[in-house]
Amino acid sequence: MSFFRRYAQNIGALIGLAILAVVVFVALAAPILYPGSPWQGVAEPLLPPFEDPAYPLGTDLLGRDIAAGIAYGARVSLLIGIISTAVAVVIGVAIGALAGFYGGRVDDMLMRFTEFFQTIPAFAMAVVLVAIFSPNITSITLAIAVVSWPPVARLVRGEFLSLRSREFVQAAVVVGQTGPRIMATQILPNAISPIIVTASLMVATAILTESSLSFLGLGDRNMMSWGFMIGAARTMLREAWWLSVFPGLAILITVLAINLIGEGLNDAMNPHLRGRKG
Amino acid sequence: MNATTPLLQVENLSIELPAGLDRKYAVENLSYTLNAGEILCVVGESGSGKSMTANAIMGLLPSYLKPSSGRILLKGRDLLAMSEAELARERGRTVSMIFQEPLSALNPLMTVGDQIAEVMLVHGEGDAASREQRVLELLDYVGLPDPASLRHSYPFRLSGGQRQRVMIAMALALEPAMLIADEPTTALDVTTQAQILDLIRRIQRAKGMGVLFITHDFGVVADIADKVVVMEKGLVVEQGTADEVLNRPKHPYTRRLIAAVPHPDENATRADADGDVLLEVRGLRKTYRSGGGLFTRPRIVKAVDDVSFTLRRGETLGVVGESGSGKSTLGRCILKLTDVDGGQILYRGKDIVPLSQAAFRPLRRHLQMVFQDPFASLNPRQTIGRILTDGPVANGMPLAEAEKKARELLSLVGLDPSAYDRYPHEFSGGQRQRVGIARALALDPELLVADESVSALDVSVQAQVLDLLQDLQKKLNIAVIFITHDLRVAAEVCDKIAVMYRGAIVEFGPPGEVFNAPRHAYTQQLIAAIPGRHWNPRAAVA
Repeated sequence: MSFFRRYAQNIGALIGLAILAVVVFVALAAPILYPGSPWQGVAEPLLPPFEDPAYPLGTDLLGRDIAAGIAYGARVSLLIGIISTAVAVVIGVAIGALAGFYGGRVDDMLMRFTEFFQTIPAFAMAVVLVAIFSPNITSITLAIAVVSWPPVARLVRGEFLSLRSREFVQAAVVVGQTGPRIMATQILPNAISPIIVTASLMVATAILTESSLSFLGLGDRNMMSWGFMIGAARTMLREAWWLSVFPGLAILITVLAINLIGEGLNDAMNPHLRGRKG
Repeated sequence: MNATTPLLQVENLSIELPAGLDRKYAVENLSYTLNAGEILCVVGESGSGKSMTANAIMGLLPSYLKPSSGRILLKGRDLLAMSEAELARERGRTVSMIFQEPLSALNPLMTVGDQIAEVMLVHGEGDAASREQRVLELLDYVGLPDPASLRHSYPFRLSGGQRQRVMIAMALALEPAMLIADEPTTALDVTTQAQILDLIRRIQRAKGMGVLFITHDFGVVADIADKVVVMEKGLVVEQGTADEVLNRPKHPYTRRLIAAVPHPDENATRADADGDVLLEVRGLRKTYRSGGGLFTRPRIVKAVDDVSFTLRRGETLGVVGESGSGKSTLGRCILKLTDVDGGQILYRGKDIVPLSQAAFRPLRRHLQMVFQDPFASLNPRQTIGRILTDGPVANGMPLAEAEKKARELLSLVGLDPSAYDRYPHEFSGGQRQRVGIARALALDPELLVADESVSALDVSVQAQVLDLLQDLQKKLNIAVIFITHDLRVAAEVCDKIAVMYRGAIVEFGPPGEVFNAPRHAYTQQLIAAIPGRHWNPRAAVA
């Protein structure tokens, strides 16, 4: 398929895909690799890394296995990243599509509403929302979705605005298709590439936001997460560097991989950039 | 210059295309000669390689195209053997070029005077004061009003014709011996085109320049050419003096092209359509407002101003006008693609103006449209089958039946049944326009609005699509509103012609009457501006 060939031309994008595949594999295999709970102390506390082959990344203050924590944390990060992005994309596409397609007063109202969300700093709003709704995985996911849909709405609005006046859309009006049908079958398929690219980058942002919330102690108390691990380790930064460095690396590598994928998708899907390296 | 050396000699020029395309050469074994004081027209359809030689002369070929053999001799010196620095000296000084789209050829952030002065500056000509003097002279010479203040204008403030004049002034700045004009009037209205052609001819005569004029329009060729080169798929199929090629074409391809040139048969009389009145437009008005904030007054343009006409079943009404005359807006009003500010549109006696979009939707199937741009009017992500069935399905036809109908329509418009499962990008412009027509016909309409439906097509394809439209109209007895900027095309296919000027219909009548006895001054101007009016292509291929 030509799309995959275009994507594969970008070495960085392939590396990103490979890293993400490893992260997904670790997340899925976590219960098999580490059958016990990651909260369970398994060895002596503050075991440094690379000393005991059973605990290659060492243990923390309470003797919990860091490697197990990272494996279980991958599940939380990916889950929250993907679901919150999906929710944000659904909200953003719906609002952007209505605003762009109908224009006029509908557009004005929806865009003022969007700007209302955009003017509040996203992270501060997420903190407030999680604090109000007591921290659990649902409220965190929703809070991240609520603060990240406005850019999608603006993007989709722009795409719809320009596609709406194209002749094939006019033709659909002339043959008698209804507004919602035109939006779904004529315009959306033509606007999907930039949406996918943005969404892929939003997954990375969502993972960072979740980590930051957990770092501040606003994570789900029952789920091990990378941000929580770093947050818990901050008092021991000088005595036990491995408590924060390994979860930090996990975040860095995962976010980097997703960004590489997003850029690769952008290059492959954006017809204007096609062949710019050739 | 030695009197026996021609100005430009292209000898056996071949330019190879990258592997994997449908032909091996962009141009193959091309030879022609241009003398000083001559206008040589290179004619061909899109993809014939006609612009390629011009780009080769100017050294503007993209990096992946290299002339593989042959010579281009300018005053006896081979341009292909010159270094980039030598070539840069010749450009502008000996040869200069004007392009099709003057807006994209001018720098939008620089005043036109500065742009003309820059040409002289890069060639180290004169000092600031003498350059300034020359700029004003040039602007005056190309017929621009008030050079002293126009010199400080930015390109966006000028009209298309004025921009092209600025381009010509730039090209003339260094008094070149040769001018290359690549479709310089294609983007312009017909009256502006006539003025620019006049200007080019006047300058050419006055300066004794050689002009290489590239065009697709035989009418333009008939107006200005001394010699003609006809190209097809990279090969020269015929060349000779204008009189030879235009009036006694020998090669079958030339004959086919000339036969396809639209030409009004001025003596043809058509039987008046006596069907029922299908559409009656009364006092239609549409005004566009733009800009206008809290403190500024909005700009108001009367796009359609008190337009009235009636259209009968089986009749073709041609709406002719230049860009900005409101002809497209009129079509969009009739299909309710835009709001109307006043007047009535009676379809079968029922006024559709006050209807809401939802109330009008059931009526839409009777009023269909064929769009202008065959590339933009088909959804690139849908198969042809899907495009053709969407309409009937939206109007309540079961999918299986719509599918059957779509396949019938494909054969009706002369497309292969296998087209059903393919995507638009696999088709040529003419084939796509056939799909557009099939889509409109899928709903068995009573009225078809064709908005510039053939203007994006090559002349031979245009003739085929026009034939198809006329054929179908006779077969199905539908009424057609044919919107076009080309009076020749309108005269060929329409029963009645309405000439629009600034939103109003200024002339209305059968084509013979409009052509032979135009009453309104604007119509007279329009008819006088038709390129190649004195040449009868029908007689040439008879």
